[in-house]
Amino acid sequence: MSLLDVSDLHASVVTDDQTQPILKGLNLAVAAGEVHAIMGPNGSGKSTLANVLSGRPGYQVDNGAATLDGTGLLELEPYERAQLGVFLAFPYPVEIPGVSNMEFLKASIDSLARARGDAQPNTAQFIRQVRELASSLDLDPAFLKRGVNEGFSGGEKKRNEIMQLLLLDPKLAVLDETDSGLDIDALKVVAAGVNRFRNASNGVVLITHYQRLLDYIVPDFVHVLSNGRIIESGDKNLALELEAKGYAWLT
Amino acid sequence: MTKSSVDQLVEAGSEYHAGFVTDVESETLRPGLDESVVEYISARKGEPEWLTQWRLQAYAQWQQMREPTWAHVHYPPINFQSISYYSAPKSQTDGPRSLDEVDPELLRTYEKLGIPLHEQAALAGVVADPAAVGTPAGANVAVDVVFDSVSIATTFKETLAEAGVIFCPISEAVHSHPELVQKYLGSVIPQRDNYYAALNSAVFSDGSFVYIPKGVRCPMELSTYFRINERNTGQFERTLIIADEGSHVSYLEGCTAPMRDENQLHAAVVELVALGDAEIKYSTVQNWYPGDENGKGGIYNFVTKRGVCAGPRAKISWTQVETGSAITWKYPSVVLRGDDSVGEFYSVALTNNRQQADTGTKMIHMGKNTKSTIVSKGISAGGSENCYRGLVRISPTAQNARNFTQCDSLLIGDRCGAHTFPYIENKNNSATIEHEASTSKVSDDQLFACQQRGIETEQAVSMIVNGFCKEVFRELPMEFAVEAGKLLEVSLEGAVG
Repeated sequence: MSLLDVSDLHASVVTDDQTQPILKGLNLAVAAGEVHAIMGPNGSGKSTLANVLSGRPGYQVDNGAATLDGTGLLELEPYERAQLGVFLAFPYPVEIPGVSNMEFLKASIDSLARARGDAQPNTAQFIRQVRELASSLDLDPAFLKRGVNEGFSGGEKKRNEIMQLLLLDPKLAVLDETDSGLDIDALKVVAAGVNRFRNASNGVVLITHYQRLLDYIVPDFVHVLSNGRIIESGDKNLALELEAKGYAWLT
Repeated sequence: MTKSSVDQLVEAGSEYHAGFVTDVESETLRPGLDESVVEYISARKGEPEWLTQWRLQAYAQWQQMREPTWAHVHYPPINFQSISYYSAPKSQTDGPRSLDEVDPELLRTYEKLGIPLHEQAALAGVVADPAAVGTPAGANVAVDVVFDSVSIATTFKETLAEAGVIFCPISEAVHSHPELVQKYLGSVIPQRDNYYAALNSAVFSDGSFVYIPKGVRCPMELSTYFRINERNTGQFERTLIIADEGSHVSYLEGCTAPMRDENQLHAAVVELVALGDAEIKYSTVQNWYPGDENGKGGIYNFVTKRGVCAGPRAKISWTQVETGSAITWKYPSVVLRGDDSVGEFYSVALTNNRQQADTGTKMIHMGKNTKSTIVSKGISAGGSENCYRGLVRISPTAQNARNFTQCDSLLIGDRCGAHTFPYIENKNNSATIEHEASTSKVSDDQLFACQQRGIETEQAVSMIVNGFCKEVFRELPMEFAVEAGKLLEVSLEGAVG
């Protein structure tokens, strides 16, 4: 059994006036210790996959299943999936004015601990841990007192996502275009964070448009998503090939 | 696929945590209002002739007035003859009330309400020195409790007396400090100021009286808890706070009522007088019963609150957290008469289900270099209507006056309304007036961002709303800021299915 098992997943985006099928029979198995990169042209369904796995409102599952360690994800509330160990790094992290980053992180880690029946972490230790994480990601500790993502630059928001990833230590990390809008220095910091997260017991699904990120986070598998299905899988060399030839030769 | 959109959160009804009835024997006057009722109330309290006349005058004026209809609230006409204008727990009827004579049933009531009761020890007469009560330094609070129409107990009275502070029921102050009461009663809010102020002036039953002598910094927070218990009664309390020159006081009021199907009227008047260099900080946590999810029952909270900065460099600061009442109609105001005086208004008003709130402030600048700050946070959920209404008036005499206003509205769901009515009247071209306003929604994206980190929906909403209110909560005394945060959580608990 894989860590993440997605089988024959069909899902649609639901808007006020229409339901549009996006995923059309997607299969994906991520074993513990693996990093899977998902690439593909715009509109192929990459972000839909991330959103459907994490339970974002506005999507409808039409068929298929997704399990984490054998537990069905798709019928769970978004917070229950998070408590099970699904983490989504957002492409556009949202601002929550007035709720300090530290407060948010504490609420999050306490909720996870409660759901798992663990003791809540000692507050002083927690604060120290968060501060250390922040500085290891070149984030000014003053950020922790500010509202969640409030007035953060694009790069700071992304680094904040990675800080949360490292702090919450989920089983499965889905990174949705975490590299977009980053300069090369920030990209390196983010990649180093993801590499630090990787271990033999967790898995990473890395959604990206660009091969460049894969120079820093070397994937075990690369998949090409097109029109809602995975049409090609390979190792890291597939990404280089895509970089050279584009997607047209596959579709 | 699960859906956790904001809309779903606001569907269910709210749960009111203070909605119990206390079973104490009460003496309640038959419903109805005429001169004889006014005279009865006055006689029942053994008031001096001048006050009886003052009430009757107010009653005569009230009869000439009409209910205001300009507010953005809707309710069926009130039958003022179906209300009882006086109710007192029977066990309190006789004579002076020492603390350990307080009916244990009532004490249990306040325990249930979660009144900051380190006073309980004091109420039980166990602790003589309030400084020895087991709470952090500076956390002592003297409490006056008004139950229906009468004041039940005022704690820490002696400690306050040592500092020269007078803190007692106004019915007692009428006898013990008649010169102060006669001088200041109605001096800020005249009898005929408005319909409900006139009604209150005629029938007010009790409330708190505070006098802080010259140069004294009140050694503890003062607090009043109001509770309406009896059916078909109105509560008409009257509070008068006088801060003499250079003195300082922080005062907090809290309010609750049991759940009733009928609407109940609460028409209070609060007058603040800050003389030169004095400072009054007045905080309210209002949690009157809001009615059920269909808008049945609940308190009509029609309140007039105003303070005057009578001398130079005086400061009055209103902070309010309004989560209760079926209808709130209230505009705590400051008249900035003294030069260099300062007025502040910090407000959080949360409405859910069918609640309606029309609230805001008036800052009347008269003195030179006067300064006012208004920060209003309105939160609407369910099918409620929330309205900020404020007036900033700069008189011709108010050279270099300054005002800053910030009005933010937060919407939860798509069936509620938020409205802002700012009025600015400037008669002096040296004035600086700034106004900022915003309206936002608790977005599905924000909620999802919290949920994706494992935070459950209810807690996520509460956290986002608390964040929105942070600037106001910062102004509350610390222990009450925590209470206010919890209260928002409770009021929103209903908004989550």
